[in-house]
Amino acid sequence: MEYSDKTAEEMERQRPALQVSHLDVFYKKRKRNVLERAGRKQALFDVSFELKDGEVLGLVGESGCGKSTLARTIVGINRDYQGAVIQKYPHPQMIFQDPYGSLNPVRTVEWLLKEPLRVDRSRKWSEQEQQARLKEVLNQVELSGELLTRYPAQLSGGQRQRVAIGTALMQSPRLLIADEPVSALDVTIQAQIMDLLKTLHQNLGLSVLFISHDLRVVYEMCDHVLIMKDGRVVEYGETDGIYRTPQKEYTRQLLRAAGIN
Amino acid sequence: MAAQDTEAARRMNLRKVSERKKFMGKYHNAYMTAGCIITGIILLMVLVGIFFTPYDPTQMDASAKLQGISLKHIMGTDHMGRDVFSRVLYGSRVTLIIATGTVAIGAGIGTLIGALTGFYGGIFDEIMMRIIDALFAFPSVLLALVFVSLFSTGTYEVMIALGIAFIPSFARIVRSEFLRCRNMDYVESARIQGASDLRIIFMHIMPNVRGVLLSSILIGFNNAVLAEAGLSYLGIGSQPPYASLGKMLSDAQQYMFSAPAYVLGPGIVIILMVLGFSFLGEGVRKVQG
Repeated sequence: MEYSDKTAEEMERQRPALQVSHLDVFYKKRKRNVLERAGRKQALFDVSFELKDGEVLGLVGESGCGKSTLARTIVGINRDYQGAVIQKYPHPQMIFQDPYGSLNPVRTVEWLLKEPLRVDRSRKWSEQEQQARLKEVLNQVELSGELLTRYPAQLSGGQRQRVAIGTALMQSPRLLIADEPVSALDVTIQAQIMDLLKTLHQNLGLSVLFISHDLRVVYEMCDHVLIMKDGRVVEYGETDGIYRTPQKEYTRQLLRAAGIN
Repeated sequence: MAAQDTEAARRMNLRKVSERKKFMGKYHNAYMTAGCIITGIILLMVLVGIFFTPYDPTQMDASAKLQGISLKHIMGTDHMGRDVFSRVLYGSRVTLIIATGTVAIGAGIGTLIGALTGFYGGIFDEIMMRIIDALFAFPSVLLALVFVSLFSTGTYEVMIALGIAFIPSFARIVRSEFLRCRNMDYVESARIQGASDLRIIFMHIMPNVRGVLLSSILIGFNNAVLAEAGLSYLGIGSQPPYASLGKMLSDAQQYMFSAPAYVLGPGIVIILMVLGFSFLGEGVRKVQG
C-alpha cells in the first residue's frame, strides 16, 4: 500500500507541466467582405512535445513558423485546434515581445499589477492580500515602489518588461510562456531580463516555454529545444545534443546563421 | 554688472514659465484657454439666467416694440416688446439643455453600439453597421424632422430626435477605436489573466477611447446647437412663449433691417457657444497630440 502511494506520488511529480500531442491548429482567414466564405487555414501540423515540470523548453523558428500560434493555443486564446494540450497546473501566463503593446497605456503600474488579482478566477483577493502580493512581486522583478504611480510611457524599456513579467507572475502561475521576451529590448537590457527570467525560474520553480529566434539566448536558457519550420516540428531534444550534433539540415542552417558551429 | 542682472532676470523668467508649464501640465494651450473662457461666460449667463433676469422673459410691452440697444434694454426688445437680453438668458438655457440631451443620447447609445460592434465584430457588427449606414445616409436635420413629425414638436421631442440622429457618428468613431484596440497585446493579456469581455470593454479599452470620445463630444455639442437652431428656424422645437436661441433668431429674421439689434443678441450668443466648444474640442485634440 505504502509502496503504491509512493509511486503515485512519484508519477505525479514527474508528470510534465505541459504535454502537447498531435496538435493541429487552424486560424480563420480574414474575410474581405460579407459574402465571402470564411476560410480556415492550418497553422500547425502534428506538433508534439512535452515540457517537464520545472524545466525551460526553447521554441525556435523563423518568424511566421507558428511559434506565437502555439503559445496562443496553450494559453487558451486560440480555440480552433485538434489534438491534446495537457497541462499539469491551471492558468498559464504569458509574457509578450513588446512591452509597449502589452501594458495598457492609460493605466498606472499599480493598477496594471493588481488587475490580475482582481480578475483572478481561482480565488478572491482582499485589499490587504493584494497589497502584500504586490510587494512580493515587486521584489521578485526587482522594481522599486516609486514606479507604482507611473504610466507605462514614463518607464524605460527594461522597466516596462519587468512590469509585464510582474503582471504575469501576480497569479502565481506554474507555467510561464515567454513569447520573445527580450527581442524588442537593447542588448544590455536583454541580458538583465534574461538574468531575471533565470532567477525566477530557479527561485520559483517555474516551468517556462521560451520562444525565441535567437539561438544563443536559447542555448543559455533552455534544457530542451524544439525547432519549428512552417508549422511543423523539425527537431526536438536536449539542447546540448541538438547544438552539438544537429540531425536536420534546417537546424544546421539555423546554427550556421547564428554563428554557432 | 548690468549684463549679469539681465541674465539673472532672464533665468528667473524662464523658471517662472517652466513652473507655470508644470502647474498646467500638458493641458496648457491657447485653444484650451480661449475655449474655457468663452464656455465659462456662456455657462455663467445660463446660471445667472436661472436666478435672475432683468425682465420677465414672457412679459410683453406693446409700447416698447423693436427698440434698439439702450441702457434699459441692453439687447433691445423684440416684436412683442419683450426684453431680448432676458429672453437670451432664458433661451441659452433651453439651447444648452437640448444640446446636452442630444449629445448624451447620441454619445451614450452610439458609444455602446460602437463598443460592442467593434469588439465582437462578425455578423452582429455587419448588421448593426448597415443600419447605422442607413441612418447616416440621411442628413441629421432631415432625420430629426421625420422623428418630430412622427411624435409632436416640443423641447424633449427635439432632444430625442436629434439624439437619435447623432448616434451614427458616435458609433462609427468608437467602433473604429475599438477595432484599433481590440487586437492589442494588452487586451490579449487581460484575457489570459481571466478578465471577462465586459471588463475588457469597459475597464481596458474604454479608457483608451476616452480622449477621442471627449473631443467628438465637444464637436457634437456644436453640431447639436446648430442643428437645434436649424430645426427651430423651421418652426420645430420649443414652443412659444418660451424660446430657444434658434427660435428667437428665426423670429428676428423678418425684422433684420428694421431692428438689427434683435438679431444681434441671440446670434452673438449662438456664435460664442459654438466658438467656445470648438476651441475646447481643438484644445482637447491638441492635448492628445
